[in-house]
Amino acid sequence: MNRWMTDPILRVEHLSMRFGGLIAVNDVSFSVGRGDITALIGPNGAGKTTLFNCITGFYKPTQGRLAFAREGRADEREVRALTRTGKRHARLASGDIYMLERMPDFEIAAKARVARTFQNIRLFAGMTALENLVVAQHNALMHASGWSILGLLSVPSWRRAETAAIEMARAWLARIGLEHRADDPAGALPYGDQRRLEIARAMCTGPALLCLDEPAAGLNPRESGELASLLRLIRDEHVTSILIIEHDMSVVMKISDHVVVLDYGALISDGTPDYVRNDPNVIAAYLGVSDAAEAEQVVAEIARESHK
Amino acid sequence: MENFLQQLINGLTLGSIYGLIAIGYTMVFGIIGMVNFAHGDVFMVSTFIALIIFLALTTLFSIPSIYIALFLVMVAAMILTSVWSWAIERLAYRPLRGSFRLAPLISAIGMSIFLMNFVQVTQGPRNKPMPPILEHVFYLYGQPGAANAVTISSRQIIIMAATAILLTIFWYVVQKTALGRAQRAVEQDRKMAALLGVNVNRTVSITFIIGAMLASVAGTLYLLQYGVVRFDDGFIPGVKAFTAAVLGGIGSIPGAVLGGLLIGLIEVLWAAYVSSDYKNAAAFSILIIVLIFMPSGLLGRPEVEKV
Repeated sequence: MNRWMTDPILRVEHLSMRFGGLIAVNDVSFSVGRGDITALIGPNGAGKTTLFNCITGFYKPTQGRLAFAREGRADEREVRALTRTGKRHARLASGDIYMLERMPDFEIAAKARVARTFQNIRLFAGMTALENLVVAQHNALMHASGWSILGLLSVPSWRRAETAAIEMARAWLARIGLEHRADDPAGALPYGDQRRLEIARAMCTGPALLCLDEPAAGLNPRESGELASLLRLIRDEHVTSILIIEHDMSVVMKISDHVVVLDYGALISDGTPDYVRNDPNVIAAYLGVSDAAEAEQVVAEIARESHK
Repeated sequence: MENFLQQLINGLTLGSIYGLIAIGYTMVFGIIGMVNFAHGDVFMVSTFIALIIFLALTTLFSIPSIYIALFLVMVAAMILTSVWSWAIERLAYRPLRGSFRLAPLISAIGMSIFLMNFVQVTQGPRNKPMPPILEHVFYLYGQPGAANAVTISSRQIIIMAATAILLTIFWYVVQKTALGRAQRAVEQDRKMAALLGVNVNRTVSITFIIGAMLASVAGTLYLLQYGVVRFDDGFIPGVKAFTAAVLGGIGSIPGAVLGGLLIGLIEVLWAAYVSSDYKNAAAFSILIIVLIFMPSGLLGRPEVEKV
C-alpha cells in the first residue's frame, strides 16, 4: 500500500480550472502522501503550474475540492462534514483540516502552511539574503512583537523571538552553503544560489507542504545535484512533504516517491516512478502521438533504430 | 548674519511640518505605487480634530497644564486621524487596487475634494482661530526689542523636538521590526509577500495609518504655530510636502524628511531675502532643477528596469 493512499496530506478532488472557454485543468484527482516527494510532470501547457496556482491560492479553482490535512489523517466523513458547513477549516482530534480552495493566499501560507516557489526567481532582490529568510518568519515575529508595540518597547520576549528568527535564518544559510553571503543583496547572488535561497526561504515559513515549480530549470548538472540532495535533506530531516514540478527526468526519477502525470489538463498516469516510466499513456503523451498502441510502435521503432 | 540665523530657525520649523507630511506620501507611494492626493486633506482634517479637542479640553474640562493638554490633543488627533485614513483606504482605494493604475489616483483626487467640502460644510468656510498659547520667547542673541535679536519660541522648540522624537520612533519601527520588514517585502513583490504569509491588505492599511499619524502630528504642530485653520489649508502644505517627497526621492523616508527641511528653508530664505510673493515659485523651481539633474531625487534609488 502506498503512502499517498493510506496517509495523504493533500487530496485534490475533481479539480477544474477554466479561463473563459479554455479548460486549463480538467477534473483532476490525486493525492499527495505525507512525507513523500511527489513529482508533477507533463508536457508544456499540461496545466501543472495552473494546478499549483490553485493549491497556493493564486487562483480560485472553478470547481473541485482541495482537502489539506496538516498533521493527522483526515477521515473522509469529517472532510465531507466540513465541506457542508462552508467553513475554511476544522479542528479535529487528529489534527486540523483546511479547505484550500476557500482560503486567501496569505492564509494558505500562514495557517495551512503551504509554501511555494516559482519558475522564475522571486526573491526580494533589494533585501539581503538573511533578511529574505527573516521575512518568511513574519507571522511568528509579528505576534512576538505585539504588532510592533512591544517591539518598540524592546521587551525581552520580542528580542528573543528576533534572535531565534535570525538564528534559524543563519542555520538555513549554512545548510545551503551561503553563510558568507548573508549580508549581500539577494539579487546579487549567482543563479543557482538564488534558487537554493528561494527554497530555504520557503522552508523558513515552516511549511507542512512545499510546492516547487521547476526548481532545477536553468541549473547546470552540479547545481541540480546540489538541489536534489537539498530536497532529500528536507524530506528526511523535516516533517515536510514536497510537491515538485520538474522537467529534468533524471532528477524526477532519482528523488521522487510518487509521480503524477498531466496532459492537456487531464490526469493520465499516477503511481511510482517505475510504474509511470513504463506507462504507455505517458510515453504517448511525451512522444506526441495520439494513443498508446501507436506509442508502442514508435518505441519499438526507436529501439530498432538504436540497435542498428 | 543674525537675520540669517533667525530665518534658519523659522525655516527648519516649517520644514519639520512639511517633512512629517511628506513621509505619508513617500511611504504610501513606496508600498503601493500610488500618490495619495488626499493626504494633504487628511492633514487638514487632523488640524481641525486637534483644534476641536484642544478647545474641548481647555474650556469644558479646564486642564490646568498646557503641556498635558497638548499631549492629550496630539494622542487623540493621532488616533482619530488614523481612523479617517484607514476608512479612506478601505473605502476608496482598496476596492480599486486590482484596477488600472490611474483609478486609485482619480479616487484620491475625489477623496481630497470630498474631505475639503465636508469640512467646509460642517465647520464653515471661515478661518477657525485658536487662543494663542506658549508664547514664551528665548533670546539666543541680542536684547528684547533689538533689531538684530535671534529668538526661538517655545512653540518652535516643541515642533522641532516632537518631529525628531516621532521620526526616531517610526524609523525604528520601519527598520527594525517585523512590520517594517513586511512593508519592504510588500514594496518589492506583493504577491510573493502574501505567499510567505504576510497579510498584504493589513500591511497596506498600517502604512496608511502610520502616514496619518505623522500627518496628525504635523497638523497639531501647524495649529500650534499658526493658530488658525481653514477648510482649504490642506492643499498648499499637501502639495509642498509632496514636492518634498519627490525632491528627497520618493519611496525614501530620510529623503522625505530632508526634502521637507529643504523646501521649508528655501521658502523662508527666499521670502526673507528676495521676495515673499514668489516663495512658492522658488520652492518649485528648485524641485525642477534638482529633478533635471537627479531624476530619482536626492536620496532615491534609481529605478532598476526589470527584464
